[in-house]
Amino acid sequence: MKTIEATGKTVDEALKAGLAELGAKEMADVDYEVLEEANVGFLGLLGGRPARVRMWLQAPEVKACRLLEKIMEKMGIRGETQIEEVGEYYEIQIDGDDLGILIGRRGRTLDALQYLANLAANRGSAKRARIIVDVASYRKRRAETLRNLAQRLCQRVRRQRRKVVLEPMTPQERRIIHLTVQGEKGMVSYSEGEEPFRRVVIGLEE
Amino acid sequence: MIELVETIVKAIVDEPDAVNVTEKEEDGLVTLELNVAPNDMGKVIGKQGRIARAIRTVVKAMATKKGIRAELEII
Repeated sequence: MKTIEATGKTVDEALKAGLAELGAKEMADVDYEVLEEANVGFLGLLGGRPARVRMWLQAPEVKACRLLEKIMEKMGIRGETQIEEVGEYYEIQIDGDDLGILIGRRGRTLDALQYLANLAANRGSAKRARIIVDVASYRKRRAETLRNLAQRLCQRVRRQRRKVVLEPMTPQERRIIHLTVQGEKGMVSYSEGEEPFRRVVIGLEE
Repeated sequence: MIELVETIVKAIVDEPDAVNVTEKEEDGLVTLELNVAPNDMGKVIGKQGRIARAIRTVVKAMATKKGIRAELEII
């Protein structure tokens, strides 16, 4: 990670200079430590020393996490965040009481927060970090529900020998259904319709 | 509400200093007006309005929590 040292008449000025040098947009994008406070010296004449700070750009996942924390603070919601690296992406877990408001109906608020967190993480950078946001393990529980649903529907399709059309889902949710159906012998699934009303159809293999 | 919108928008635009949000209330409806630098319009609207929709979803969530009605206008 790129770390720089900057100086200025005051800590604020040193930070401002460092911000420009790092090419960062605002203080929210950087972390810093103060190495030395400014010393004005005797009567502002002798032995004055500038303030020195060490600064570095925040990692994308940290930027995303900070945004989520600030959003919760403004909404008056208390939650703990935790970042975990999972393969090619980062998962930010938010835990606490009364977090339903962050999830919303069918996880729509959660999806919006995740989308915004990804935008904040990748602002001004060519490399894309992928961020998954989960609140109170909602996504994990939802995935389990979807897998069970897909298995039940496969049994029904086999029994009734008639395809079923599911309710509209997000691409991630549809993916879970498709993966589950793939593991079921003689069953196929595909999606039809346009976003955001795209639905999965489960049927028998021809 | 103003601070919520500012927090989100400043984190995704190129010119955070140009972000300005005002609020007015009429007949129990809070209208938030968002101003950004002309170059950042795309950053707050997004393809097919996807970013604007995400911001509005979060604003709606907070409004629900506060028991008020709110909408966001991007100017």
